[in-house]
Amino acid sequence: MNVAVTEPKYRNKIHPKKFALWAGIASILMMFTALMSAYVVRQAQGNWLEFRIPDIFLYSTGVILLSSLTLHLSYRAFMNGKARAYRTNLILTFVLGIAFVVTQYQGWLHLQSIGIELTGNPSGSFLYVLSGLHAAHVLGGIGALTVALVHAFKLTYKVTAIRKLRLELTMLYWHFVDILWIYLIVFLILQQ
Amino acid sequence: MASVTTYDEDLLIKEQGYDDHFHEHHHGDKYQSGFITHYIFSMDHKIIAKQFLITGMFWALIGAAMSIIFRLQLGFPEESMTWLKPILGKWIVVNDAGIGTLAPEFYYALVTMHGTIIVFFVLTAGLSGTFSNLLIPLQIGARDMASPMLNMFSYWFFFLAGLVMFLSLFLSTGPFSGGWTAYPPLSALPQASSGSGAGMTMWIVSMVFFVVSVLLGGINYITTVLNLRTKGMTMWRMPLTIWAFFVTAILGLLSFPVLVSGLLLLTLDRSLGTSFYLSEIFVNGQALDFVGGSPILYQHLFWFLGHPEVYIIILPAMGLVSEVLSVHARKPIFGYKAMVYSILAIGFLSFIVWAHHMFMSGVNPFISNFFVIFTLIIAVPSAVKVFNWITTLYGGNIRFTSAMLFAIGFVSMFISGGLTGIFLGNSAIDIQMHDTYFVVAHFHIVMGIAAFFGMFAGIYNWFPKMYGRFMNETLGRIHFWGTMIGAYAIFWPMHYLGMAGVPRRYYKFDSFDTFSHFADMNKFITIAAIIVFALQVLFVINFFYSIWYGKKMTTKNPWGATTLEWTTPINAGHGNWEGNIPTVHRWAYDYGKDGNEFIPQYVPLGENEEESH
Ligand code: HEM
Ligand SMILES: [Cu+2]
Repeated sequence: MNVAVTEPKYRNKIHPKKFALWAGIASILMMFTALMSAYVVRQAQGNWLEFRIPDIFLYSTGVILLSSLTLHLSYRAFMNGKARAYRTNLILTFVLGIAFVVTQYQGWLHLQSIGIELTGNPSGSFLYVLSGLHAAHVLGGIGALTVALVHAFKLTYKVTAIRKLRLELTMLYWHFVDILWIYLIVFLILQQ
Repeated sequence: MASVTTYDEDLLIKEQGYDDHFHEHHHGDKYQSGFITHYIFSMDHKIIAKQFLITGMFWALIGAAMSIIFRLQLGFPEESMTWLKPILGKWIVVNDAGIGTLAPEFYYALVTMHGTIIVFFVLTAGLSGTFSNLLIPLQIGARDMASPMLNMFSYWFFFLAGLVMFLSLFLSTGPFSGGWTAYPPLSALPQASSGSGAGMTMWIVSMVFFVVSVLLGGINYITTVLNLRTKGMTMWRMPLTIWAFFVTAILGLLSFPVLVSGLLLLTLDRSLGTSFYLSEIFVNGQALDFVGGSPILYQHLFWFLGHPEVYIIILPAMGLVSEVLSVHARKPIFGYKAMVYSILAIGFLSFIVWAHHMFMSGVNPFISNFFVIFTLIIAVPSAVKVFNWITTLYGGNIRFTSAMLFAIGFVSMFISGGLTGIFLGNSAIDIQMHDTYFVVAHFHIVMGIAAFFGMFAGIYNWFPKMYGRFMNETLGRIHFWGTMIGAYAIFWPMHYLGMAGVPRRYYKFDSFDTFSHFADMNKFITIAAIIVFALQVLFVINFFYSIWYGKKMTTKNPWGATTLEWTTPINAGHGNWEGNIPTVHRWAYDYGKDGNEFIPQYVPLGENEEESH
C-alpha cells in the first residue's frame, strides 16, 4: 500500500444542524409508518367501516401545496435580494398554514356530521388520529414560521450564513409536513 | 521486519494536529462556568456522561432491590415480611398473628417496575447514555457533541422520566402492575387492576419523556459521528465502540417513535373511549362499550420497538467489550470488518424478527415461519462476533484486570443466553417455553447480565478517564467472581423450572402440586440473588470511594490503548484537548504490530509500513 495515503475529508458537506433535522424527520416518519401499518393490519382483520374520505381533505391538500410554493418563493427572494417579496411570501405561507389547519378542522366537523366519530369503528378513529397527529406537526411548523416572520420583520434585511441556514431549516421541515400529508391522503384514498 | 516506531506524543499532536482555532473564541458558557452550569446544567459531554451513569446506578439499585423483595416472596412464601412494613407500608398486610404478607397487587407492581427500570433507565440510558456521551467525542476527536444543548436536554428529559416513574411508586393505588410490556387490556382499562389507573398514566408520561431523551441523544450521536470526526478518522478507522453506539442510535431513532405511536393509541383508548386495542370485554361482570379493537395490534407495535430495544441494550455492551478485550489482550480485534458488518446485520435484522415474541398470541402460524427464519438468521452475525472475541483472546498476552474479567464474562453470558434464544426462536418449541421461566432465564442471561457485564467492563476501564483515579482492583475482582458465579446460580436453574412449565409472573405456586418440588430451587435462587445484590452494593461503594480516594492516575494512557481519548489531559476540561486535535493515521487496533507493543492512532504510518485493516 502507498505510504502517502491521501487524507480523507473529515467533514461532510451537509451542515450538522440540517443533518440532525433529517434524522428527526426519519423518526417522525417512523411514527406515521407505525400507525399506517397498524391501519393495514387492523383493516385486514375485518369489521371495518367503509366510508368516503371527505372532499375537504382534498382542498386542504391544495392549500398546503400552495404554502410550500410560497415558502419556496420567499426563500428565492431572500437569496436574490428581494426583501419585499421575501416578506410577503413568508406571510402568505403563514396564512396558508393556518388555513390548512382550519380546513382540516372543517374536515373533522364534516366527518362528525356524517356520523364518523373518534370513538366507534376504528376505521374512523384511525383517520382522526392520522390527520390529527399530522396537524400537530403542522402546528410545530407554524411555530417555526412564526419565528421566521419575527426574524424577517425585526431584523434589517441581510443575507448571512446563519439566517440562510435558519430559513433553509424551516423550509425543509415545512416541505416535509407538506409531503407527509400528501403521502397520508394518497394512502387513505387507496386504502379505504 | 520494520523497525520499532518511536514517537513523541505531545510533539506529534502539536505538529500534525488539526488546529480548529478552538481556544481563540470564548463562548462564555464553556469555560468560565460556575458550579451550576458546570455540574448540573452542564453541556460538557463528559459531565453529562457521568450524570447518566450515576442516575443509572441509582435506578439499578432501586430496580435490583425490588427484585430482591419479589424473590423473597418466591423463595420464602411462608416467611413473615413484617420487617419490610416500615419501607413498603400498606403493601405488607399484617394479620392478627403478626405475620406479614406481600400484597399480590404490589408483587405485580414490583415485577413491572423492575423490568421497566432495568430495561429502559439502567441498560438503555445508563449504558448507552453514559458511554455514547463519554466516548463518541473523545474517540473520534471532537471537542464535544454536535449540539451540546440538545445533549443536555437529553439528560434532563431522562431525569424527568425517572422523576415521574419514581413518584408513581408512591401512588395510593400503586405504580403500574401489568408487566414491562404493558399489554392491553391491563394497560388500557383504568379499572382493570389497581395499577392500571393513575399508575399507568404516569408510566405512559414517563415513557414519552424517556423517548424524547433517547431521540435527542440519538440524533446528536449520529450527527456527531458523521460530521465531527477529526482529520483522518475515516469510518473504517473508527473503534468498534463508536460503530456500536452509532448503530444503536440509529436503531433507537427508528424504533422508539413506533412505541410512541403505540402509546398514543393506548392513551386514546384509555381516555377518549376509542377501541384500537379493546374488543367486547367484561370487567367485574359488566360489559363495556368497546367493539372491534385488537390487543394484538398493540403487541405488534410494542415489539417492533421491543426487539430492536434489546439490541439497543446489547450493542453498546458489545462495542465496549470488543475494545476492552483487544486492549487487555494486547492484540488487534480479530476480524474488525466482520465485526462492523455483523453490527450492521444485527441492526438490520433486529427490525424483522419482532413477532417471535408473539408466536403464542394467535398470529398466523405461516407468518410465524417467516419470523422463525429471520430470528434464527440473527444467530449468524451473533456467532461471528462470539467467534471473533474468542479468537482475539486466543494467544493474547492477557492482563486480567477487572475490566477484562467482565469483558470475558460478557462473552460467556452471551453464549449461554444466545443458545437458549435458538430454542425459543423455533415456534414449535416456544409452545412449551413461552411465558415460562425458560424465557426469564434466556433474556436475563443474554441481555440483563451480559449488558451489565459490558457496562462494568466499561466502567472499570474508563473510570480513570472519568475521574482521574483507578477503582480498587481487589474489590473489582471479588465483584467479578461473585457476580459471575452468582448470576449463573440464579439463572441456570430457571431453565429447568421453565422446561417443567413453571409460568413466569406468578405470585405463588402453592395451588399447583406439580411445581411443589421446586420450592428448594426457588429458595436457592433467592439466596443467590441476595448475595449478588450485596456484591453490587460493594461495587457502588468501590465506585464512590474511588472517586475521591482511588489510586491516582499518573500517566495519561494507563492501559496502553491506541484510541484518542487517552491523549487528552487527565481531568480534561470542556473542549477535551488543550491544543490541537490529534489527527488520525491508522485504525484503532495496532497492538503488537511490527514489534511495537502498541501504536496509537495519531502516529503516522512509518516508511514501508502497511496500514492494517
Ligand atoms: C440468538 C439470538 C436470539 C434468539 C434466537 C432469541 C429468541 C427469543 C425468542 C423467540 C423470545 C420469545 C420467547 C417467548 O416469549 O416465548 C425471546 C425473548 C427475549 N429475548 Fe431473545 N433471542 C436472542 C437473543 C437475544 C438477545 C441478544 C437479547 C438481548 C440483548 C434478547 C432479549 C430477549 C428478551 C428481553 C426477551 C423477553 C421479553 C419478554 O417477554 O419480557 N434475546 N428471545
Ligand atoms: Cu426479540
